[in-house]
Amino acid sequence: MSASSISASLPVIRSLVGRSMNELFRVPGAAIPGVLAPTIFFLGLTAVFGNLALLPGFEADKYQSFIIPVSLMQGAAFTGAATGVNLARDIEQGWFDRLLASPAPRPVILAGLVYSASLRALIPGSVVICVGLAIGVRWPGFLGLLVATVMIMGLAATAATWGATLAFKFKTQSAAPLMQAGTLLAVLTTTAYAPLPLLTGWLKVVATYNPLTQVLEAVRQGFVGDVSWADTWPGLVALIGIWVFFTFLALRGMRKMTA
Amino acid sequence: MSGFRANLRVVGQLGRRSIRQTFRRPQLAAPLVVFPTILLAIQTAGAGRAVDLPQFPEVNGFLDFMLAGAMMQACMLAGNTGAIALALDIEMGFDDRLLAAPVSRYSLLLGRLMGTAVMGLLIAAWFIVIGLIFGVEFQSGILGVAWIFGCVATTAVAFGAIAASIALRTGKASVVQGLFPLIFVVLFLSTAFFPDNLMLQPAASIAKYNPLSFVVDGMREPIISGFSGSHTLRALVSMAGLLLIGFTLSTFALKSRLKRG
Repeated sequence: MSASSISASLPVIRSLVGRSMNELFRVPGAAIPGVLAPTIFFLGLTAVFGNLALLPGFEADKYQSFIIPVSLMQGAAFTGAATGVNLARDIEQGWFDRLLASPAPRPVILAGLVYSASLRALIPGSVVICVGLAIGVRWPGFLGLLVATVMIMGLAATAATWGATLAFKFKTQSAAPLMQAGTLLAVLTTTAYAPLPLLTGWLKVVATYNPLTQVLEAVRQGFVGDVSWADTWPGLVALIGIWVFFTFLALRGMRKMTA
Repeated sequence: MSGFRANLRVVGQLGRRSIRQTFRRPQLAAPLVVFPTILLAIQTAGAGRAVDLPQFPEVNGFLDFMLAGAMMQACMLAGNTGAIALALDIEMGFDDRLLAAPVSRYSLLLGRLMGTAVMGLLIAAWFIVIGLIFGVEFQSGILGVAWIFGCVATTAVAFGAIAASIALRTGKASVVQGLFPLIFVVLFLSTAFFPDNLMLQPAASIAKYNPLSFVVDGMREPIISGFSGSHTLRALVSMAGLLLIGFTLSTFALKSRLKRG
């Protein structure tokens, strides 16, 4: 990609991100479920399963510090899935056809959607972190917070490509439950509730091979201990791998739609 | 008498329509069983070692403990889903056509709640089968299973009536849909997922006096240890209370809707 094509693409991405942000200001209520769900789950799971931290082998002093990364990831995943739902709405209403008729390259259109999801994921993330710190979550340090932020933004982008893949395939908002349930399932079938050695049955096997376990552990490290490169890079590699995979599927879906 | 029979027929027809509607719209049916089942599977395997905690009630496995909570979650969602469908009927004008018919106004509400009761029975059957497949031992045998069926259907109707009152007051499906997070708040503040003595404060104190906890504990006892007089009595009183609240609210909401026209 030449420098001139990159500079030509930037205004398109900026416009698509601006449109997504406009939605937030014009319909602020639409952002509430995405913020409310992870916050309720965070507070609820802490209240209910808080004493799991007393089990031998549990790696955190407080359960809220252990569970907060799950809610951060849940918020990011919901935000990404919501981008897919919005895209399906745009397809249904014919707005996306107009976008496809523009001279903007397909990857640039997808980049605009994905980048907007990354930015929007910061809203539930900030709320959950503020609530968490208020109820005694361990301060992850600036490095821990930075790693968590990068991972959350990356996960939202990945969930947006998953949502976009489904939106291009089904072309209807009715696919929304699939987009949301898929991301929720992926996040919860990790070491979400307890460390790997304390998981039982099928979940232990699934969590071992679920790449999002690596992402979750990378987000979690600052909240339960020190941040290290050894705990960060597997999460980054997993996230980039899933993102590349779903970006490929989403671009293929977009091409098929216009073929 | 013939009027009563005619109304009964209307209730039956509307109940059947309500059930068909739920199965025809996957977005209505899926949350009832799919979400609670997935959450049950994940929580059972994810927090299963909780049974090793001191003071955890004696159970054969964590699934035995969690099953009642999953059923409670599903029946609350069933009540809410029925109310969403009712609100959609109002939005689309279907209720107006029914109100123009020469039938009792209350049969419209009762028809919807009858559908919710049947959904409750189906939910109970689903989770009992899952429990049996994955090794849950129902300590109270057939009698306990029958009691669970009754509890789930009654609670579904009670929550259906409460949610229906909101549907009738607002006439908007989006408002009723907004109750979903509230359902989880109520569930987390009860003993649906964990014993109250092992929950953190202030949730533990709230769960101790939450009527929902009494119902869940009443459903759980026949699974994990056999019937207990006090738990059963508290469950019965709580269900009666929830039913009374639900029917009072929905009756007033229906009257108010009829007045507004």
